Amino acid sequence: MSNDILKLTCRELRDSIAKGEVKSSEAVSSVFAQIEKYDVSIGAFLSIFKQDALKRAKEIDGKIAKGKPVGALAGVPIAVKDNMCTTFGTTTCASKILENFRSPYNATVIEKLLAADAVIIGKTNLDEFAMGSSTENSGLKKTVNPWDKSRVPGGSSGGSAAAVAAKMCFAALGSDTGGSIRQPASFCGVAGLKPTYGRVSRYGLVAYGSSLDQIGPLTTDVADNALLLSVISGHDEKDSTSVDEKMAPVYDFSAKIDEPLKKLKIAVVPQLFEGADSEVVNAVKDAIEVYKKLAAEIIEIKMPHFEYAIAAYYLIATAEASSNLARFDGVHYGHRTKNPADYIEVYSKSRNEAFGQEVKRRIMLGTYALSSGYYDAYYLKALKVRNLIRGDFTAAFQKADCIIMPTSPTTAFKIGEKTADPLQMYLSDVYTIAVNLSGVPAISIPCGFDKNNLPVGLQIIASTFQEEKLLRIAKMFENHTDFHKRRPEL
Amino acid sequence: MMNVDYKVIVGLEIHVQLATLTKMFCGCELIFAAEPNSRVCPVCLGLPGSLPVMNKQAVEFAILTAGALNCKVAEFTKWDRKSYYYPDLPKNYQISQYDLPIGSNGFIEIPLQDGKIKKIRIRRVHLEEDAGKNIHTESIFSQVDLNRAGTPLLEIVTEPDINIAEEVRLLAVELQRIVRFLGISEADMQKGHMRFEPNVNLHIKKDNAEYKTPITEIKNLNSFKALEKSVAFETKRQLDEFLEDGTVLQSGNKKTFGWDDIREATVLQREKEEAHDYRYFPDPDLVPVVVSRKWLNEINAGLCELPLKMQSRFVTDYGLNDYDAGVLTADKATAMFFDNAVKAGGDAKRVCNLITQTGLKIANEKSCTISELGISPHRLAELAKMVEAGLISATASVTIFEKMMQDKSSPQQIADNLHLLQKSDEGELEKIIDEVITANPQAVEDAKSGGKKSKKAHGFLMGQVMQKTKGTANPQVVAKILNSKLKGS
Repeated sequence: MSNDILKLTCRELRDSIAKGEVKSSEAVSSVFAQIEKYDVSIGAFLSIFKQDALKRAKEIDGKIAKGKPVGALAGVPIAVKDNMCTTFGTTTCASKILENFRSPYNATVIEKLLAADAVIIGKTNLDEFAMGSSTENSGLKKTVNPWDKSRVPGGSSGGSAAAVAAKMCFAALGSDTGGSIRQPASFCGVAGLKPTYGRVSRYGLVAYGSSLDQIGPLTTDVADNALLLSVISGHDEKDSTSVDEKMAPVYDFSAKIDEPLKKLKIAVVPQLFEGADSEVVNAVKDAIEVYKKLAAEIIEIKMPHFEYAIAAYYLIATAEASSNLARFDGVHYGHRTKNPADYIEVYSKSRNEAFGQEVKRRIMLGTYALSSGYYDAYYLKALKVRNLIRGDFTAAFQKADCIIMPTSPTTAFKIGEKTADPLQMYLSDVYTIAVNLSGVPAISIPCGFDKNNLPVGLQIIASTFQEEKLLRIAKMFENHTDFHKRRPEL
Repeated sequence: MMNVDYKVIVGLEIHVQLATLTKMFCGCELIFAAEPNSRVCPVCLGLPGSLPVMNKQAVEFAILTAGALNCKVAEFTKWDRKSYYYPDLPKNYQISQYDLPIGSNGFIEIPLQDGKIKKIRIRRVHLEEDAGKNIHTESIFSQVDLNRAGTPLLEIVTEPDINIAEEVRLLAVELQRIVRFLGISEADMQKGHMRFEPNVNLHIKKDNAEYKTPITEIKNLNSFKALEKSVAFETKRQLDEFLEDGTVLQSGNKKTFGWDDIREATVLQREKEEAHDYRYFPDPDLVPVVVSRKWLNEINAGLCELPLKMQSRFVTDYGLNDYDAGVLTADKATAMFFDNAVKAGGDAKRVCNLITQTGLKIANEKSCTISELGISPHRLAELAKMVEAGLISATASVTIFEKMMQDKSSPQQIADNLHLLQKSDEGELEKIIDEVITANPQAVEDAKSGGKKSKKAHGFLMGQVMQKTKGTANPQVVAKILNSKLKGS
């Protein structure tokens, strides 16, 4: 029975729970059985809330038994990345500096999940402060790819992607600053969406690059993704950058999910296929063929500024990060050095002791970019490049409904393969970063497997607040393929 | 002293705490002297994941003040992060405004002692959040109270247009009066609502050359008196220092001095102004502010007549002297109360006296404004008219004023009830005066004599009349009748 439960999607599980066919407590127990069995080797979770989750599941079962109304995710076990604040457990950002940090408040997305009667079962591993592309930068735990345990799950939302792929939860939330949802989704063979900047409240998401960060769902299929997005979206008065719902209305994005788009126009950027592995390119080209068979028109476009995205990103994101992470100083909370000589040492030693290599590298890079005398040449220039990249996207969406390209130039790479060379690591986000810079939504869905049986991700990008269209386009592909149904052997 | 000619150059950096209900970027209340760390939330504590949300009222107050200071109000402004590490700054950056301040290129007019008005240019007016407070204890640890963290501050920077220590105080007093008129700040120096940091140096002419002394910034000034004294002290100290060692202004030799209120001297705090790099950049958590014409008009509807204008109107239109006009325009409530009472028909000088000599004294004792004493300007005008018409004495007007605070009936009615109406009926008074003259022949004799005793005797006779009328006789009428009687007989 428990194994059958794990085969259900979020929607199926929710409906079964609502009908009384399955109990939420059974689903939660199944998930914890899976975690106990496999997470020892996968390492997706930084913390789990077994007792609390079971208690909550029983409460929801009780509500359903009494015929009371329940939310859109009633009884569904969900995991969240450990950079979203929760009043329960710790919020560590996989950093030693916040190893024992307990937030006095819940992130808005957490409140929304709870209001939808979801059961939050645990918090997942990430690259420290979401800085990385392999989850190897976690200061607290190692996470591996469920498809091949010698490989990385991608990052920074590697824990969330691995947990969904290994069915240790029914869905998870991640955050995406430069590809941190889509790239691990691609590596782990699940669906991962970065919504339009401003679609989902950032309140309670521990900031990395504030103008780029966006929370989004990782799920086994596109319809589940639409369901999760409907739950977490919406204007939040606590986040000034979240968008007015008059401009970006929120409704059930899964309602019309099976309606294919008529006269679908897809743009591809031939120049961008050059840097990717041939197996990845072939899988993406096959995906384009699928769309052609569905009567989509394929057009070729140029995105002249796309290649500057990585350079601009590593100035903008690190500049913001250097400021966002200044608060972790050992004075008010978090790790504090022992026996400092003076208050300056409280700062310098606490930070030096508790931040990892990559975090320090980015803080220094960002500090440099904002320094007097360098600001114009670096930060300001990067903002100009950002505008040019936005322009590329605007022009593209005047011609096509979406753009298709790989999510990542490779499939999951070996653990340790790129840790010695940060630049190589940065290049694994070459296809995802421009999306964050321009704020548009994009999804990664599985579109094939390489010779090592590792999933390949297809990235579909749409225009601002066109998530519904984006998800329907993704669903068209899913309806005619079965890559999303394959599960790793654990 | 050697023969040197010098000019004092002073510019001011002023922080004004806005009287909003809540903090600049969160909903925490602003309460003075609350229990440490009792008025805090994830946002002003700078907790991970928290985000600032702009207080619209604070922006409106800032725009209002920028307008009152004749600034150009920005149509588009934004928020910037100013980075520096200090324990009272929980995010280790302050949200401020860098290159697009809310107001720029304005001026403030200050009344000088000689009645002239001086214009001091305002370079910029911008909004920012305050830091918390470090409390240094006996132990090796310091404590941090973050109640103040996130308090909205208006920073006003003047051009270095001030050349006399006294003008620094006059500007401070005038600015306090303006912000109180606008209602944007309580502007209580003791509570730190207004903080002034003068930047002082001298331009010295010696041997046909001009020298500039190093700039000094003075901190911890908590009274207008200290402000003036500190600049005067610095002037002398810098002159002495220059004459002694000839030190002149160089990049990086700006010094920070604190003011020692007891010794009445400036004390060196920081020798060299470190080359701070605040790494300003636009705060990505906040959206830029667009000040539409419509919004600006709505805000400017709250722009009242400013105190200095009102003061000169009271002099020119109402014939008050400048001192009285200054007292009446020290705060808006008093100024409006006075203006309304005069507009209701009260004689300006009489209304002024009633307010300055009676009303303000009582209001001060009760720690309230004059408009909160329970007397309407209209009623006060009636009272002033009675004094003007000689219906009551000045002494009686005080008694009636006090009664009016509880009793809502007219001053006429109150005077009647208390038997305070003066007898001005000449026929009636003449009868009484005749009685007094008949009863005191010696005094009458003395009064007529014109000698030394005359004045005293005259006073005695007046007193007798007042006694017989139980103080209700109009002294002017009595004096007039008595004089003619003494002359005539």
